Amino acid sequence: MSEKQAVIPFRGTPEQEAQLNAFIQEHKDEAGALMPTLQKAQEIYGYLPREVQIMVAEGLGVPLEEVYGVATFYAQFTLTPKGQYRISVCLGTACYVKGSGNVLDEISKQLGIQAGQCTPDGKFSLDACRCIGACGLAPVMTVNDDVYGRLVPEDVAKILATY
Amino acid sequence: MYRSTVLICGGTGCTSSGSEKIVAAMKNELARVGLEKEVRVIKTGCFGLCALGPIMVVYPEGAFYARMTEDHVKEVVEEHLLKGRIVKHLLYSETVEGDTVKSLDETPFYGKQNRVALRNCGVIDPENIKEYIARDGYQALAKVLTSMTPDDVIQVMTDSGLRGRGGAGFPTGRKWMFAKANEADQKYVCCNADEGDPGAFMDRSILEGDPHVVLEGMTIAGYCIGASQGYIYVRAEYPIAVKRLQIAIRQAREMGLLGKNIFGSGFDFDIDLRLGAGAFVCGEETALMTSIEGHRGEPRPRPPFPALKGLFGKPTILNNVETWANVPRIILNGAGWFASMGTEKSKGTKVFALGGKIHNTGLVEIPMGTTMREIVEEIGGGIPGGKAFKAAQTGGPSGGCIAANNLDVPIDYDNLIAAGSMMGSGGLIVMDEDTCMVDIAKFFLEFTVDESCGKCTPCRIGTKRLYEILDRITKGEGTLEDLDRIEELANYLKSNALCALGQTAPNPVLSTLRNFRDEYIAHIVEKRCPAGVCKSLVHYEILPDKCKGCTLCAKNCPVGAITGNVKQPHVIDIKACIKCGACIEKCRFGAIVKK
Repeated sequence: MSEKQAVIPFRGTPEQEAQLNAFIQEHKDEAGALMPTLQKAQEIYGYLPREVQIMVAEGLGVPLEEVYGVATFYAQFTLTPKGQYRISVCLGTACYVKGSGNVLDEISKQLGIQAGQCTPDGKFSLDACRCIGACGLAPVMTVNDDVYGRLVPEDVAKILATY
Repeated sequence: MYRSTVLICGGTGCTSSGSEKIVAAMKNELARVGLEKEVRVIKTGCFGLCALGPIMVVYPEGAFYARMTEDHVKEVVEEHLLKGRIVKHLLYSETVEGDTVKSLDETPFYGKQNRVALRNCGVIDPENIKEYIARDGYQALAKVLTSMTPDDVIQVMTDSGLRGRGGAGFPTGRKWMFAKANEADQKYVCCNADEGDPGAFMDRSILEGDPHVVLEGMTIAGYCIGASQGYIYVRAEYPIAVKRLQIAIRQAREMGLLGKNIFGSGFDFDIDLRLGAGAFVCGEETALMTSIEGHRGEPRPRPPFPALKGLFGKPTILNNVETWANVPRIILNGAGWFASMGTEKSKGTKVFALGGKIHNTGLVEIPMGTTMREIVEEIGGGIPGGKAFKAAQTGGPSGGCIAANNLDVPIDYDNLIAAGSMMGSGGLIVMDEDTCMVDIAKFFLEFTVDESCGKCTPCRIGTKRLYEILDRITKGEGTLEDLDRIEELANYLKSNALCALGQTAPNPVLSTLRNFRDEYIAHIVEKRCPAGVCKSLVHYEILPDKCKGCTLCAKNCPVGAITGNVKQPHVIDIKACIKCGACIEKCRFGAIVKK
């Protein structure tokens, strides 16, 4: 879960900020509002750069280090932007036993990036994920919301070419 | 009045294989032939047989169509729905016998099952509360609120023998009794839907297929202990489940089944959702509550137990989704009914998610006491490709492997522990001869190293050291002393880690070491991986007598490690080979082998 600060400059818009502030106003008095707020912030911005963490901290009246602590604890939160197409290869047990490791290696080879990285043009990012619960289709990968099942490494090139 | 009803599975498995498109195609086709007012299309929860998705069932005939495509939809509409002729060649093959169509209960997959927690999954439209009510939904709550005292309800739960389905198996009635006995101005009821075990998806399927049963179960518990607020902590990775829960909560509030003065009894109860964010440790009860409070999901020492000091420091009960799904049935059918199923110490049924090297991957609910052999060979349909069974993994990263010599043990909480594994939440992954048990142990350790929250030292450092030893062994660099070191470290972790994640993390290693010690020794002494999985220990070789010198392998080798002249046997340079396997797949003569 070690993640570096994003080197890409932050490009938030006033609309995004207004959307986040509206959510904070509505929920700031609820107990345990930090997690839902960070989830909303990530939904709005796609990731949680320092600038966004500061907005959340000030809006909720929570110390910034606590915001950072939560943002880096959970695998779903990311401090760096993801690619336009987010590829996740399931490495849950059912998929692993059926060879999803080879599928991941193949994607990694074709894109020239490791799991957790993003291609330099920002098009694809690659992650290994835990079970998505589609074990009947193992091995499985997702590209944004599209699910591909019963994969063999040979399928990879064809799938990547469609994006 | 509809004359036919088409049920199409909208669970995650079938949605992933395209069932949304089938629903759309079906509606289009029905409109095209003018049947849209005569045939109703319903998107249901999981039917269980995910391997054959997308699944579609047509009633009143009960025709079970498997692996549907948009082309198949057209054929079913024209033949079955328009002309009344069941399209046999598209049916699930086990339901066809000569010219007759059998009911699902006669198939090996469904015949041995007993669906209690899953009774509404694949039967009702989960986004319509009226369908749940039509199947006796919220009747148990009505019975509890109008004719039972909290103590009566707790007595029924205790008598039923229901134990927690999240894995640890704590008696549900006792848990409720403790929380009731503790006085406080506020109490909470929580549902653990943070199904983190890789390969387990029964809770997700219940939430997707029958969300109201969870709401009803929680409300009953709220009445028992005197809580007015409930939380469902659900994985954010389950978008369909989250959406259906939101719809269900909204509908229940609209009907007054959640909120103030439920059934005019003066009892108030409401439920909110909290989404997880991808941390396995949050399946542990104290970590889950810390996470709901908005913090890093780190566990805290017990005691105090949640029944005394739980969420926000108040008495709390936390049960798993499948446990909640059993509660309304027990209230309506009675403790005796529930206790009549199962074994002496484990009552009722258990849902398992069957996965891995098995034909019928999917969801099965069996009475406790069914043997592993019945699940794997009969319900699961055996192992594909004629391969031999090696082990069944239960309990995920906290569990262990059941080897072939334990296949006939009746499954219950205590027998699985005696066999070196545990019930866990119900993931059941079948492994065949091509699975390396050292590699699997390493796989699970890698998982726990990654998911250890870092709060306590035994888990943070111990799992990492254990992983490093296994990594050495899979690279052929292990020693026999490493095996003793594993056992020593594993036992230390078991007794010293703060929470169940660390305490159970060594289980996959210990159980494989116990059942498959010879494989560990082969890696260490012979520097050989019997299953041919561990890359450092296998090498590729071309059999000179089979090689025709076609050059296909040399052309496909990404690193140019294969040399040879045309029509002469080729050779692999072992030092240059990266063991990618491309040559084996391309060779048409079976001349390349892994050793």
